[in-house]
Amino acid sequence: MTESNTVTPVKEIDDKGILKGVEQLTPEKIESTILQVLKDETGAKLKVYVDTCVHCAMCSEGCHFFLSMDRDPKYSPAAKVKQTLWEIIKKKGKVSPEFIKNAAVVAFTQCNLCKRCAMYCPFGIDIAYVISVMRRICHKLGVVPLYIQDTAHSHSVSMNQMWVKDDEWIDTLMWQEEEAQEDIENLRIPLDKEGADIFYSVIGPEPKFRAQLIYQAAVIMNAAGENWTMPSMPGWDNSDMCMYIGDYEMMERLKKEHFECAANLRAKRIVMGECGHAFRSVYDMGNRALGWRMPPVEVVHAIEYYNELFENKKIKIKHKFDRPVTLHDPCNIVRGRGLHEMSRNVVRATCETFIEMTPNREHNYCCSAGGGVINCGPPFKNARVASGKEKAQQLLAAKAKGAEVVIAPCHNCHGGLEDIIHSFGVDMELKFLGDIIYEILDLPEKEE
Amino acid sequence: MNNLDKWDWDTGIKQVADLSAWQEQFSYIEEFRASPDGESVAAIVKNEEMEFTVCRQDFGNDEPETWENGYDKVWNLRFGPDGRLSALVSDVGEWTVCTDDEAWENGYDFVWNMTIAPQDGTVAVSTQKELAYCAVNNDVPWQNSFSRLTDMVISPDAKNTAAVVETIPVLEGEIFKFRKGCYSVAVNGTPWKENFMNAWDPVFSANSSSVAATVRTSYKDYYIAVDGKTWNTSFDSAWAPLFSPAGNSVTAPVKKDGKWYLAKDGDLIWNTPYAQLWHHIYSADGKRIAAIVAPEFGKWTISVDNAPWQVTFSEYVSDPVFSPDGTSVACVFKEKGKWGIAVDGKVWKDRFDMAYPPVFSNDGMSVAAKVEMGGFYHYVLNGEILDSRYKSVEPPLFSHDSSKIMIRGLQLNDWKRDVVAINRRRI
Amino acid sequence: MYSHYEFVTGPFAWMAFLIFIFGSIYRFYSLYKLARKKDGAVFEYMDLKFALRSIGHWLTPFGSRSMKLNPSMTVVTFLFHISLFLVPIFVFGHVVLWKENFDISWFTLPNIVADIMTLIVICSCAFFLWRRIKLPEVRYLTTVGDYVILLIVAAPFITGFWAYHQFPGFAAITIIHIISGEIMLIAIPFTKLFHMFTFPFTRGYIGSEFGGIRMAKDW
Ligand code: SF4
Ligand code: SF4
Repeated sequence: MTESNTVTPVKEIDDKGILKGVEQLTPEKIESTILQVLKDETGAKLKVYVDTCVHCAMCSEGCHFFLSMDRDPKYSPAAKVKQTLWEIIKKKGKVSPEFIKNAAVVAFTQCNLCKRCAMYCPFGIDIAYVISVMRRICHKLGVVPLYIQDTAHSHSVSMNQMWVKDDEWIDTLMWQEEEAQEDIENLRIPLDKEGADIFYSVIGPEPKFRAQLIYQAAVIMNAAGENWTMPSMPGWDNSDMCMYIGDYEMMERLKKEHFECAANLRAKRIVMGECGHAFRSVYDMGNRALGWRMPPVEVVHAIEYYNELFENKKIKIKHKFDRPVTLHDPCNIVRGRGLHEMSRNVVRATCETFIEMTPNREHNYCCSAGGGVINCGPPFKNARVASGKEKAQQLLAAKAKGAEVVIAPCHNCHGGLEDIIHSFGVDMELKFLGDIIYEILDLPEKEE
Repeated sequence: MNNLDKWDWDTGIKQVADLSAWQEQFSYIEEFRASPDGESVAAIVKNEEMEFTVCRQDFGNDEPETWENGYDKVWNLRFGPDGRLSALVSDVGEWTVCTDDEAWENGYDFVWNMTIAPQDGTVAVSTQKELAYCAVNNDVPWQNSFSRLTDMVISPDAKNTAAVVETIPVLEGEIFKFRKGCYSVAVNGTPWKENFMNAWDPVFSANSSSVAATVRTSYKDYYIAVDGKTWNTSFDSAWAPLFSPAGNSVTAPVKKDGKWYLAKDGDLIWNTPYAQLWHHIYSADGKRIAAIVAPEFGKWTISVDNAPWQVTFSEYVSDPVFSPDGTSVACVFKEKGKWGIAVDGKVWKDRFDMAYPPVFSNDGMSVAAKVEMGGFYHYVLNGEILDSRYKSVEPPLFSHDSSKIMIRGLQLNDWKRDVVAINRRRI
Repeated sequence: MYSHYEFVTGPFAWMAFLIFIFGSIYRFYSLYKLARKKDGAVFEYMDLKFALRSIGHWLTPFGSRSMKLNPSMTVVTFLFHISLFLVPIFVFGHVVLWKENFDISWFTLPNIVADIMTLIVICSCAFFLWRRIKLPEVRYLTTVGDYVILLIVAAPFITGFWAYHQFPGFAAITIIHIISGEIMLIAIPFTKLFHMFTFPFTRGYIGSEFGGIRMAKDW
């Protein structure tokens, strides 16, 4: 409890991005980089947050890391600030490479930037913002976990998260179009169609690992009779790991590309797939970084879009999904955009039995994968899954009430929940809302 | 170059095609495209064998004409400035370019980014064959290929192509190798000697002899590189560079201490700090520069020679364009969810569901733009909405003497070409 | 030469009030300037309606889930802050001083109430101290400064209680009481006690963000 025992070092980590990055640090480089970030890039917001914090630990209850790690004080939100920015500010940047190593682990892997704690701190201190500043410093120092750094590099080269080459993207769309023609004759995924009502954008992993989601989206769009398009050129990917590592210059470039891609095609709005972090990037972080108060082209998350489809009766279903479901609220679209009631509307419109998890809506627990944590890859997987214990208990409670399927309308959450479901023996099936809709969609019989 | 003068500029309507006939003939039709002179219309269709092909109808022909060759897939159909029709086609997994029903000799595993030179209609594409990437200009591939290629562009004289290429192959996870710099710009297949962490947005000079691009050498150091040589000063970030149409100087928006400036050959020439600055354009003589700027967070406008318009827009500004004489600038803006057009800081009164890039007449006295209202397209000319509405319409074209405007669009089921005399008066 | 008493109620008191007032103004002004320069966007998103909505919820006992999860902390915090404010301003002994010196006066708390409230503050401080020592997550965050502040806050109340009840040595204690009160005033602009002024802004900002942009509750 003394003033500068401060940091309990993290257990040995095995991440070359951090370890090798730290090797290349010198005290001078650390100090000058930190001072540059603090002086040029932060201001009253950081200062007020750090000065106002009364060290009361009320925020602890907000953090699923803290709760899952048996209330280990190191994982309370303010404790993560203590291990990072407090010390840095107090020492005016004169911290050791060893300190940076720990700070990087804390900032990149022990906070999902989920902003839940802001709802538990009486002052509404935005710990996620402070942690982002730490990540920014780490990025500038070149101390970033290898896997997520690699995805950020991919963004910079290919404008998507998965090193998908321009031709591979188009090829995938054409392939999915062909597949979907099995369902609907003459179905199209219209490429670069000017003046469409909807510009449909997805995240990099979709063409790479989950191409069937594009297929499903195409079937739904067609069933709803939409005037829609997907771009053949870079800008199709709305995801953004650069945002999470603190490479804001690249985040800006990505979001510019994305918005301009839609705007140049004169699309009225961007509908995006079921992804949370990408939504944060286009609706919160990226647009603001570029000087847009709100997204320049309206961004509609899949949940909002599906809700619209059912409200306007644009699609018909054969029958409701008959297995009992529970619903996970992804942080970035719940605390990020208040879509929780809409997602419930969609669930009620599509599923027979809906069982709530508690706490829910704004108070949901993060899947532990968000904020780029899952993108830090295998070296941190065990720790990540362990911090999902609280979530696992929520799931088990819903299961005890009869839920068999978890709906998680977010890619990241899928990754996180999948691991949680396996590791904690939850044994529930995981689905996107789109999966459910596709499954029960009433399609016109195809003429053979 | 287009043959603006040679076209028929007599006022009046020409019925190019009755599309109901097409609808009867084809089970599958994609979006229609009109030729620059407005006398032809074309679309990707499926022929009787259920292969993809292209159908075209010219004014004076009662029947649409379908390409003889059918393909497994056709996409990216476009008219060149010379009225020739090109598309990307594939047959048994082999892709190539097809212009007016004639395919290139060379085939590839994939072709994309079809770029048509505005000068003479030369077609260039990016290609991939057995995972080797190169650009192909008019059926002539680069001598070298690369493990990755993006951002291909064609020079003004249509003789050269440039693209960002991976000069040292990077495998997933090789972050330290990546940081050392594995990318560069290749011009006609020859990469610059210098490698960078990244390169983006290559652009040719007016005389097609030089190429500039934005590069970063580290996360913190962004430069403009011209023919491989970086500017002396690095910046926190930079957007796409442009060569002056007169001479070989290069300008680019650059970021310093969180604010944006316009820099020329490494020095700031617009010293006002902007919250954002991008898409700068030159007047034809290269003497004036305009750019989209945000003087403050969330407020957008156009700055001409570093003098921002008084009026600002809260949501979006795009498509700035100089009048041919360089005295005026027009742009598209978005405010409260609706789109509009502004010229020289004055805002046209109407708002639209969508507005397309404004076009100046040669004498600079008239501005027209395509807009969308209530599901139909109209032209707005000097602030006045023209009556006729279209299901689909091409951008406006002014006659050489600026006295007439050509509308190419679809009404009911008819593709029409309408030449209208206009009052020369700017609002 | 002043007597001790005259000094602490005279020049030192003036100084304490001036430092408190101008120190606070200065802190505010510099934060505002910094925010204008570096966080311009923050002003774009501030929204009075949503700021007040959030502040309202958080000034209502058990108005947030966080408070419900920590009932003892909630009760103590509310009683503590209310007492901390009311007692110094409305305790009879202080109002008399204003009357004597400036001929202005206002409502006073009944002595018994003031006495109880003083005890509340003292007990609350003890509770906070206990939290700091006993709860691992609080202990982990606690710095020496936090104890000092607790002392700065508790001292005027302990000494005030002492002086009021005329426990042994109360004359000297009265002087200490006055000094400790003044120290607390002086400390406000320069320590974490400044949170009383930043609260509406931090809460208001996150309230505006959640309400206006994120369309979610923040309580
Ligand atoms: S943002 Fe989320 S993960 Fe990070 S400290 Fe707060 S509650 Fe924990
Ligand atoms: S609840 Fe707020 S004030 Fe208290 S320790 Fe956490 S961040 Fe600091």
